[in-house]
Amino acid sequence: MATLSPFLSKTPLSNTPTISFSSSISTPLKWKSITSFSPSGSSSSRSRRRIFIVQSKIREIFMPALSSTMTEGKIVSWIKSEGDVLSKGESVVVVESDKADMDVETFYDGILAAIVVPEGESAPVGAAIGILAETEAEVAQAKAKAASAGAAAPASHPVASTPVPAVSPPERKKVAESAPSGPRKTVATPYAKKLLKQHKVDINSVVGTGPFGRITPEDVEKAAGIAPSKSVAPSAAPAASPKPAPAAAPAAPLLPGSNVVPFTTMQAAVSKNMIESLSVPTFRVGYPIITDALDALYEKVKPKGVTMTALLAKAAAMALVQHPVVNASCKDGKSFTYNANINIAVAVAINGGLITPVLQDADKLDLYLLSQKWKELVEKARSKQLQPHEYNSGTFTLSNLGMFGVDRFDAILPPGQGAIMAVGASKPIVVADADGFFSVKSKMLVNVTADHRIIYGADLAAFLQTFSKIVENPESLTL
Amino acid sequence: MHYSAAFSQAATSATAVPTISGSRHVGALHSSSSSCTLLIPSKPINLRFCGLRREAFGFSPSAFTRCSNSQRVQLPSRRRFKGSNVSASLGDNGIPKSFDYDLIIIGAGVGGHGAALHAVEKGLKTAIIEGDVVGGTCVNRGCVPSKALLAVSGRMRELQSEHHMKALGLQVHAAGYDRQGVADHANNLATKIRNNLTNSMKALGVDILTGVGTILGPQKVKFGTDNIVTAKDIIIATGSVPFVPKGIEVDGKTVITSDHALKLEFVPDWIAIVGSGYIGLEFSDVYTALGSEVTFIEALDQLMPGFDPEIGKLAQRVLVNPRKIDYHTGVFATKITPAKDGKPVTIELIDAKTKEPKDTLEVDAALIATGRAPFTNGLGLENINVVTQRGFVPVDERMRVTDANGNLVPHLYCIGDANGKMMLAHAASAQGISVVEQVTGRDHVLNHLSIPAACFTHPEISMVGLTEPQAREKAEKEGFEVSVAKTSFKANTKALAENEGEGLAKLIYRPDNGEILGVHIFGLHAADLIHEASNAIALGTRIQDIKFAVHAHPTLSEVLDELFKAAKVKDHASNPVSEPVAV
Repeated sequence: MATLSPFLSKTPLSNTPTISFSSSISTPLKWKSITSFSPSGSSSSRSRRRIFIVQSKIREIFMPALSSTMTEGKIVSWIKSEGDVLSKGESVVVVESDKADMDVETFYDGILAAIVVPEGESAPVGAAIGILAETEAEVAQAKAKAASAGAAAPASHPVASTPVPAVSPPERKKVAESAPSGPRKTVATPYAKKLLKQHKVDINSVVGTGPFGRITPEDVEKAAGIAPSKSVAPSAAPAASPKPAPAAAPAAPLLPGSNVVPFTTMQAAVSKNMIESLSVPTFRVGYPIITDALDALYEKVKPKGVTMTALLAKAAAMALVQHPVVNASCKDGKSFTYNANINIAVAVAINGGLITPVLQDADKLDLYLLSQKWKELVEKARSKQLQPHEYNSGTFTLSNLGMFGVDRFDAILPPGQGAIMAVGASKPIVVADADGFFSVKSKMLVNVTADHRIIYGADLAAFLQTFSKIVENPESLTL
Repeated sequence: MHYSAAFSQAATSATAVPTISGSRHVGALHSSSSSCTLLIPSKPINLRFCGLRREAFGFSPSAFTRCSNSQRVQLPSRRRFKGSNVSASLGDNGIPKSFDYDLIIIGAGVGGHGAALHAVEKGLKTAIIEGDVVGGTCVNRGCVPSKALLAVSGRMRELQSEHHMKALGLQVHAAGYDRQGVADHANNLATKIRNNLTNSMKALGVDILTGVGTILGPQKVKFGTDNIVTAKDIIIATGSVPFVPKGIEVDGKTVITSDHALKLEFVPDWIAIVGSGYIGLEFSDVYTALGSEVTFIEALDQLMPGFDPEIGKLAQRVLVNPRKIDYHTGVFATKITPAKDGKPVTIELIDAKTKEPKDTLEVDAALIATGRAPFTNGLGLENINVVTQRGFVPVDERMRVTDANGNLVPHLYCIGDANGKMMLAHAASAQGISVVEQVTGRDHVLNHLSIPAACFTHPEISMVGLTEPQAREKAEKEGFEVSVAKTSFKANTKALAENEGEGLAKLIYRPDNGEILGVHIFGLHAADLIHEASNAIALGTRIQDIKFAVHAHPTLSEVLDELFKAAKVKDHASNPVSEPVAV
């Protein structure tokens, strides 16, 4: 068909063999190639696991990248509900990508502790959409995690953990007593049950006012603190239930002539992260670095395809080896999480958004490999083909505005990381050395923003010192 | 449709014959000579659809006479029997006796009607006996009124979907309905179709005999109290009634069958539907659109048994999960008590496997949609030594009734729901036409695998041929390969223009020879789309041929176009598809 978009036919085979396809595949070609995958191809599927380990026993279920062009996905439906026990390989959620609806399976046994992104709503690829706990005991912990994630999520429903109205238990009892046939079980209509689940309302906290004392959808909505959406016409899609307006100050009226452009998914994700960053106490430390040697090295290796980004990433990674605390992060406000790998995320402005492709194990790879890797990542980022692990696994971030002539700036620490380095432009300046001789050197200012809960001033200073030594004597970078 | 066998046989047995261009001519040549000489081009591509046209058959009537043994093709005869003269039977059949009619059909449902019309066309003096109202279940208590309700539910659904409307840029405020108005629409439609049916038979000279028909003996039928008529051949087409499992008390008000539900006497707040087959599904569509909440009770482990599993899964995702529906699977409703004395309808559920009590539901109404039972009581089958099997009249693949000893009962046929082969109105009609072909001297076996079926939910579900598990099982047994191709409505321009991109078409086929084994569609207008596939199966058209057929753009039919093009038939596959096999 002429109207098919051209990219459909050249979808790479990289599509997740771990996802069971159930429906609506628009390109049969793709279908065939996917079905030809052996589902037992363990090594390849292993690397594409959708569920990454967050903590020992609590795992996040991420929005998978179901196609190469997918940047965000809509939750069509949760096959499982909160509290359901999952076993490995079971379908948990149905995700709609730009092309198809697919079932996403779990790779772990466990309990679906919390649904972060409810049905009908969208989440960017890589965002947590649900929380999986390994045992009952961890469900509460996982729920707390989900609550914090959910609170910051732009469009998620409020977690309706409405306290049980004090009057309800006796009232319920009264109903039971008045029933002639002794104790009656609680009856809820099908839609009421769906709403109970959706708004996470305990059935025992709801007083049924319907015929025969049954719980009606209105009862649930009342208990969930939502104005009953009793419209003349019942809504066909429960997902379209009204979202309560956040209790924020009313927005300022629009100036005449202004127009409102909603965020893209990527922009929304950036916004969310930025708000989240406000909860972290950060501080900044700046450091001047002479870059003549680095510039000379750059000139030498440039023909071999080495980029300045790779050089800086490598230098930062080597400094981080010596200062593991700067590579650490604070997840819960109570502990250090020391990361085993040094993954340098590099901020890239792209398509009106911002993404941070990650150079994994930057300390271990040599400059040339790193440069090549970087080129691939940028390519992928441009074509929106980055896999989640390629942009959300960073342990330290590098942001460089030097190429625009910015001489110094101050970066916002991305959530989940300990430090971010803002690199300014290298500019010739006159310096006086210890003997009083003047000379002209290239100097750049770097400015590191760090989480002061785990990284203190001295830590950063020591790290920057190491970093400047490496940059000023860059031979080690090529080793 | 009854020309299909001739066509496919002719087409497939062709070898080295010059190609003839001009489809109309090919059709005419083909039809006039199918059983004499084979003038068929070696590439059947050229004559794919043309041999079937009516006008093509009328093209050269003289050709028929040359073909003395041709029974495949007969001139459409529109002779009418106006008077009440007793006519002799065909005369060349060796029976000296004369009958009141050439053909008597017991039951004026869609099956009987289809048979009667074709019989008249074939020049038979025909009578149809009806003990109730003309039109049978389909017209009065089934497909027809339910389509009226579903038309309403489809519109309600659209109007209620604010999201959908907004996406189209429409603003609608508070869609509502008047129950009586909806009910009247269904009733008026049934009346109209019933009158159409009656008039069409009357106009053709079919005698409509009113009264319950009973078979007294071979070729002899009683109708009403004591009217006896004879006929050379008799077709039983008495149809079926809703099946109500024991323990369920139907009061017609709060515990109802489809017969009552179609009258739409009230719209309960909460209705349990026992059975999630196509009847249950359609009613769930109607009731939820009108504001009811629905609970399905299904004995099998999953909803929508009988549909292709993949289609069923998707359908559940679209038709059940987002709606105000919940369900209990793997349970039997052992006892259903209507609402009375201020108590709601109660439904006792037991586990289908362990038989242990599982739950008791309290709802406002219960609809029993557990299937249909043949209506064959009082038919007088004992007079001709025929024993029904679970109420169904046993027949062979030619719809000939077999007696208790397994012998054919001469001149007696049974079509439609009463034989249980395929309980669909159009299958009954096709069976009736097949029988008329046989009694007028042309052997005909209906390929049931080419009969499509549809469920008119929003969106619709349709299917023809085998499901994927059935196809795989058959392939295992017979040692061939099975492939599956799928296309999505999401990629169809027309579907997207309608903002109805939800849907899937699935093709199950043999990659070695391009034979279509089954097609399943879930999506906008699926019921209308299936016929390209069912016709292809009926005609034995192979994928490598049909994929060249052109579809108007942009139309929903391109979903099937893409589907056929998506199939990967092996290059060497030019060996003919085997003759359609009846089941």
